[in-house]
Amino acid sequence: MILTRRTLLLGATATLAGCDRIARQPLARDILFSADNFHSWAQRKIMARDALTQEFRPDQISPFFRANGTANPNTPAYKALWRSGFADWRLRIDGLVARPLSLSLSQLHALPHREQITRHDCVEGWSAIGKWRGVPLKLLLDGAGLRDRARYIVFHCADDMGGGTAYYESIDLIDAFHPQTILAFALNDRPLSVANGAPLRLRVERQLGYKQAKYLMRIEAVESLLSIGRGKGGFWEDRANYDWYAGI
Amino acid sequence: MVRRHRLTTRLWHWLNALLLYILFTSGLGIFNAHPRLYWGQYGANFDHAWLELDRFPGWITLPALYNLALSRHWHLTAAPIFAVALLFYMLWSLADGHIARDLAFRRGELAPRHVWQDIRDHARLRFPTGAAALRYNVLQKASYIAVIFIALPLLILTGLTMSPGMNAAWPWLVDLFGGRQSARSIHFLTAFALVAFFLVHMLMVLLAGPVNEIGSMITGRYRLPKDRP
Repeated sequence: MILTRRTLLLGATATLAGCDRIARQPLARDILFSADNFHSWAQRKIMARDALTQEFRPDQISPFFRANGTANPNTPAYKALWRSGFADWRLRIDGLVARPLSLSLSQLHALPHREQITRHDCVEGWSAIGKWRGVPLKLLLDGAGLRDRARYIVFHCADDMGGGTAYYESIDLIDAFHPQTILAFALNDRPLSVANGAPLRLRVERQLGYKQAKYLMRIEAVESLLSIGRGKGGFWEDRANYDWYAGI
Repeated sequence: MVRRHRLTTRLWHWLNALLLYILFTSGLGIFNAHPRLYWGQYGANFDHAWLELDRFPGWITLPALYNLALSRHWHLTAAPIFAVALLFYMLWSLADGHIARDLAFRRGELAPRHVWQDIRDHARLRFPTGAAALRYNVLQKASYIAVIFIALPLLILTGLTMSPGMNAAWPWLVDLFGGRQSARSIHFLTAFALVAFFLVHMLMVLLAGPVNEIGSMITGRYRLPKDRP
């Protein structure tokens, strides 16, 4: 019995087509799509809650920080904010909080900062290293006073990826209170560019790029993610079945 | 007929065949999202890539139509099963003596003369006969050891190095491989080295008598090749 290239190709195609069919079965989907539960559970078991991701030296910064996803929200509302130099922009913090906040960019600038040179890992496989400056999310959540029922922090953005539904992302409280989770307004010592998320973006450094929501407008504390968007916790999670936990 | 492969070896062998097939084809699907490779800590568009490819065609990616999320679901579901199975097999084989008895090199086996003789026998396709066929030769031992103890662990560790969560948990992994993009390159190269091993492995099975060889890996029973006259 000699296997020809043709039978090998046919065999490969048939087996892979079989795998594609398996991936359409509800039970198989449940198993496949629960892998990120396993990975988040395993990683949370291995690492300390506040284990820091690596920070780099200034000479390790990428010469060019690639921007991905939306390069410009391009909506009339965003353009108006941009024209005023974001003077009229406000970040709202509401939901399950005791004291809802509405902060201007200069108010955020006046708060204590954190600076970190970290690596941005896109789910596609590439990486870029940049220096971020911003306000630790913990400060704002403490200021607003999370209610006991709050389980997740949701980030609502100004861009809609051209599809009509706004970009959003969500993280749990472990990552929300992590010391490296900041709302960044500067990249490499310059105000955030429009392509990189002006005026404010999330950095949640122990997860992949699509969690790092750009063009932040509103931060909401919620008990459940089910009633937001299509209920999977984020734009790409809803749209393309990306993992909600993006630590792997 | 003699007993040749143990149940653990047979189970692990076929589970591995399935998992590595899923991992390789879904890995190519993931690679297609950014078909460039770099060395060092970072690497993205406009950085120097040491390898730049077109996308792999749909007949060899899982799923066939480009879908990064689904490729990742396949890959990340199969990977922990594969890792646990490998660890279990390593420990079991150490404990039951399989490694010491069948894979460890015997005295004199690594002598240049002996190795050279082995290479010549391989090149001439002179396979051992009789009871000698039950023992692995030097090249077989070397390749099985390299696969079990070097290539497969390397795949797992470089895979973990690409995880931003694991970078926070085990920072020494990134240092070990010289950066996330280096780890991604090594992951890719090791996967293709394993494909090369698979092709040679298949060729040897075909040349040594596929029915007897594959049958023994299913039932454990092996028909000894008759001595040459």
